[in-house]
Amino acid sequence: MTDTIRFRLNGEETESHSDPSARLLDVLREEFLLTGVKCGCKEGECGACSVIIDGQLANSCMVALGSVSGSDVMTIEGYSKTKRYQKLSEAYAEFSAVQCGFCIPGMVMASEALLSHNPHPTEEEIREGISGNLCRCTGYSAIVSAIKKASENGEGLW
Amino acid sequence: MDTISTPVKKLDHDLKMSGAARYTDDLQIPDMQHGKVLYSSVAKAIIKEIQLPQLPEGYVIIDKNDVPGENFVHIVADDCPVFADGVVTYIGEPILMLVGPDLKKVRELLSQIVVVYEEQTPEIDFRKGETFFYHYEYEKGDWQKAFAEADQVLDETIETGYQEHIYMEVQSMIGMKDPNGKITVAGSLQCPYYVHRALQKALGLGPDKVCVIQAEMGGAFGGKEAYPSILGCQVAVAANKIGKPVKCVLDRRDDITVTSKRHPASMRYQAAIKDRKITAIQADIRYNSGAYITLSPVVLQRGLIGAMGVYTFDALRVEGKAVKTNTVPNGAFRGFGGPQTFFAIEMFMNHIAKAVGEDPLPFKLRYLAKKGDETSTRGRYHFHIPMPEMIEKVDKASGYSQKYQEYKNQSGRYRKGIGLGLAYHGCGFTGSGERDMIKGVVRLHKLANNKVEVLTAGTDMGQGLKTTFVKIVAKTLGIPIEDVIIKNPNTDFVPDSGPTAASRSLMVVGKLLNRAAEKLKEQWEDGEEQEVEEHYVHPEFMIPWDLSVFQGDPYPDYSWSANVVEVEVDTLTGVTRVIGAWGMYDVGTAIDYRIVQGQMQGGFLQGIGYGSIELMDVNSKGQIRNNSLSDYIIPTAMDVPHLQTDIVDHPYEGGPFGGKGAGELPAVGGAQAYISAMESALGTNLYKTPFSQEDTLEFLTKGAK
Repeated sequence: MTDTIRFRLNGEETESHSDPSARLLDVLREEFLLTGVKCGCKEGECGACSVIIDGQLANSCMVALGSVSGSDVMTIEGYSKTKRYQKLSEAYAEFSAVQCGFCIPGMVMASEALLSHNPHPTEEEIREGISGNLCRCTGYSAIVSAIKKASENGEGLW
Repeated sequence: MDTISTPVKKLDHDLKMSGAARYTDDLQIPDMQHGKVLYSSVAKAIIKEIQLPQLPEGYVIIDKNDVPGENFVHIVADDCPVFADGVVTYIGEPILMLVGPDLKKVRELLSQIVVVYEEQTPEIDFRKGETFFYHYEYEKGDWQKAFAEADQVLDETIETGYQEHIYMEVQSMIGMKDPNGKITVAGSLQCPYYVHRALQKALGLGPDKVCVIQAEMGGAFGGKEAYPSILGCQVAVAANKIGKPVKCVLDRRDDITVTSKRHPASMRYQAAIKDRKITAIQADIRYNSGAYITLSPVVLQRGLIGAMGVYTFDALRVEGKAVKTNTVPNGAFRGFGGPQTFFAIEMFMNHIAKAVGEDPLPFKLRYLAKKGDETSTRGRYHFHIPMPEMIEKVDKASGYSQKYQEYKNQSGRYRKGIGLGLAYHGCGFTGSGERDMIKGVVRLHKLANNKVEVLTAGTDMGQGLKTTFVKIVAKTLGIPIEDVIIKNPNTDFVPDSGPTAASRSLMVVGKLLNRAAEKLKEQWEDGEEQEVEEHYVHPEFMIPWDLSVFQGDPYPDYSWSANVVEVEVDTLTGVTRVIGAWGMYDVGTAIDYRIVQGQMQGGFLQGIGYGSIELMDVNSKGQIRNNSLSDYIIPTAMDVPHLQTDIVDHPYEGGPFGGKGAGELPAVGGAQAYISAMESALGTNLYKTPFSQEDTLEFLTKGAK
């Protein structure tokens, strides 16, 4: 069984029998039906497929399944059950920062990756933190304001 | 006290935030097959032969011979085939679809197909093209006399490039066939009834035998107005043939290569000037339609109507051509023909001002249209135009007038610039379309539990229509928004309220809902199931539009914007940073202040992208040169500062609670503000958008072309 890749997915031990060279994005969407992970380009440019691997933000379209062996993978489906997510969701709602929503799961993962490394980011740091995630709807202002607000309201969470 | 403008939590927030929203590619349907389209790789050719690989069981080719009805996609005209019929006319024209159970295998087989072409010489350059799909002309006043008596004539050609939508969700559609032969198409689409009509034609079926359902939509910006009719017909024909569900999700590179974009334009403007005043303007405008008509006539009409921008001139002549080329057909994109001409007239006004020795803003102020003025097309501006107060506000917020003086005659490595761009957007479908073609219908269905369902064909593509429609109905009925239900449109259940396009939904369909809710309120009976229906009523004050002479009121009212952009140019590298962006908008009363702010900011940034980094072109073979997100660049969060936008509350009496068109407006004024800022920083006149880093360096080394 050399082809079995074992890893933690949203907090639970799991395994995949897909080709180790398969894109993690495809495995998450097709094998685990985690369709909150979006595909916008498959070239690592748009960030819609962002997940957190061992605490680091990653474009899952650029990650081979085999490389997450033994790792901890978090997608929006797992993250949306956390208190931190609730804080972010409240803040995103307060600024109506969700328009078409397609970039949002990735943007939320980028928000978490940023705040977990830097709980009190400046506006510049927020912009840098989400600069790998394209949004075509909002002009980013509402998203940046929401992340700022979440960091203020989520004192102690990050 | 809460008003209609008081923001509420968007109704689809939780679903989208948590990743639970199901977009087309997320839908799981048993026995779903995957389709991939083979596109033409040459711009003009006769197809001599198609060599197919051996197809394993379950893999099927779908082509023109499988189209049971007419092999044309009904859009404006019926000239665009569902699948190519012996000839191809642009790179990206669909030839056939390969369908099968495994997507990887479908891709592998598709790559083995060989098409033998007999190539012909394509027409690529729309500046030179002599085949016109449409050709319009109109004039007002004695422009010939003005030019004959002018003591100065300014003559410039101003150009705008392609712009690609980059909706984050690519074009996606699923076709299904039920045991009775009824075809259902579900997918990412703006206009359910456009697709519905196209399906009837291509399938040769009656209206009750086809159904269109909108899935959650990951952005559109006009890009899913016409193309879903093409892709919808393709998956429908495939599902019809094999009797199984067929999903087709474009790859991003295919999406950029084969779907419509903003029409590139070349616009010659001439001004007759006497005693330092403009006495007449002529505009000769070309839009690159591409290989098929799709939406070009309507896009061109809107562009020509706006050719004089926000100004009133007594004498003018406008001529416009939709040029046929062997390039990908262009179509709707937020602003719909407006961003091209509004860019041109704003740059031209800058240049005229400088030519007569004035600064742009005071010069422009003297020509601003105002209530009661005759429009370019001999209609009337029926309502107050709040531009002077909007300009005052944006000037104060940005420091435009003062900075414009400060930034004259700079030297040194870093140079700042500030620019102002003015624009309007006509609200609603152009001309008499609302009355003669769309004839929108809405229904409200009250359930026995006193909840009310909104039934329209309006689609939420991110602009917040679900929330604003519900707010209008709830407010009118005086019930909580929790008691109003709205779902994604399904043509089996919703009436044809028209397309979600032309900044018409809130003003036109929203008004119908407002009236329907008033009617329901009068008839309300607790605990009873009730239904009310409302039909479009044309505003009586409008001067009838006559397309044959291009005269009348093309729109009942207009939305207005004043935009300022400030830049800093590094003259060593050519890199330009946007260091400030301010927008002031009149969209009537905001039905939700935060939703409107989100629309303004998002559109403004698209406009700034159109001016700065969103460069796209075709090569001499007609191939889009940059078809990926790696080399067609859209702004990231780091490319702009916080966008300072606001609105003036200026109710439109014909709209629901005073609301009017909003969605497209902010995309019409951004590029001219950005390029005007570049003119200010570089101390020169500029004649095109986008103006890239390379253009800046070239200017700094060689001077303006």
